Amino acid sequence: MHARATILPLSLDRVTYARGGETLIDGISVTIGSSSRTVVLGPNGAGKSLLLRLCHGLVAPTDGAVRWAGADAFGRRDTAGRQAMVFQRPVLLRRSALANITYALALQGRLERGERDARAREALASVGLAHVAERPARVLSGGEQQRLAIARAAALEPDVLFLDEPTASLDPGASRAIEDAIRAIDAAGTKIIMTTHDLGQARRLAEEVLFLCRGRLMEHTPAGEFFEHPRTPQAAAFLRGDLVA
Amino acid sequence: MQGLDEALAAAWRLIVTGDTALVEIVALSLKVSLTAVFCAAVVGLPLGAVLALVRFPGRGPVIVVIDALMGLPPVVAGLFVYLLLSRAGPLGPYGLLFTPTAMVIAQTLLVIPIIAALTRQVVTDLWAEYCEQLTSLGAGRLRAVPTLLWDARSSLVTAILAGLGRAMAEVGAILVVGGNIDGVTRTMTTAIALETSKGDLPLALGLGIVLLVIVLAINAAAHMLGATARRAAG
Repeated sequence: MHARATILPLSLDRVTYARGGETLIDGISVTIGSSSRTVVLGPNGAGKSLLLRLCHGLVAPTDGAVRWAGADAFGRRDTAGRQAMVFQRPVLLRRSALANITYALALQGRLERGERDARAREALASVGLAHVAERPARVLSGGEQQRLAIARAAALEPDVLFLDEPTASLDPGASRAIEDAIRAIDAAGTKIIMTTHDLGQARRLAEEVLFLCRGRLMEHTPAGEFFEHPRTPQAAAFLRGDLVA
Repeated sequence: MQGLDEALAAAWRLIVTGDTALVEIVALSLKVSLTAVFCAAVVGLPLGAVLALVRFPGRGPVIVVIDALMGLPPVVAGLFVYLLLSRAGPLGPYGLLFTPTAMVIAQTLLVIPIIAALTRQVVTDLWAEYCEQLTSLGAGRLRAVPTLLWDARSSLVTAILAGLGRAMAEVGAILVVGGNIDGVTRTMTTAIALETSKGDLPLALGLGIVLLVIVLAINAAAHMLGATARRAAG
């Protein structure tokens, strides 16, 4: 299924991020393979979003290193070009939905100008937005904007797609559409690494779980095992819905 | 000295009859100021965006100087251009002094700081919003310049209009480098300044009215343009 060459696995080697004397990510070492959907869980302020940004290269670790196995094969610059990220609040450019995607494709530079339009329309259709292709992205509804952000990321056909709370502040219908889109992207061979605060969503989407607490990695386990038999008391408390400090 | 009502009536006659001298003066004013603002936008928009995005040694002082130049007295700008263009100056051989070109140069210098400073502010704010997304998509800071300028377009129209307002209203710079030569470099503001002191109130008043109407029309158009753009693009 994942036949094509990829930059994965991703390995974090004692990755630490400190700011203002506070250690927000504390010596995380983990290897994330290409085979399953990874969901990062943890209480608010555990460092979930920050971990994604460190992995994606938006934030540099203050100590330790983030390594992509394919870095040598593809080169440093191309490693960045083989990742995409969808943010909690989608940032869409003030142009049409379609142009938002062709812009990203042009930056990536893999497709010729003539091929970008077709790819962008394909991506829009895959999230059910073909009918708003020419509409300004900023006037779309919240759910549509997030689907457009996902279509824009998926059109890049990245090896890895990071999603940071992709359904925060969306209603259930819009959330379901996002989850369907995530499954489709996974089925097309892109590795999914996402955060969510919605345990139901985590149960539906996760194949493996990274559980963070106060910037430390507490568990890295298959999803079934994590939800049935959490190993740490923090995870057990988190799953019960207790406040975890 | 004539009464005010007489002067107003005479001014009105000049406007409605399309007095040749008045029309020429208005046309030259518009030509000079619009050309200057165009040139200033071509320089000031990218300059402001680069100052917002690109870190280089000396960036801080450059920003302070440009912000300060927003308040540059037009007469001083005029004096500077005068020295450049005067026969003994470095650009003297081109013989540009007391031509519309000299006036365009002076006004361009006046307007660049306004457009650059306002653009820097607008682009800085937009970059805060776009930074992570554009970095994620692989756009470096330099590549982000045209993207941000385009996405800030509705705010930047306001910056350009602020520049146009300054150019249309100033008298010091174009008086010094243009000389208010009848039929060659006489503009609305220079004519108002000099005709008033000569006592030709009807022409001064007529030009004043036209100037007011033009400035109002430009701002009204910009206001509507901005509102339409915001409705369309969100």
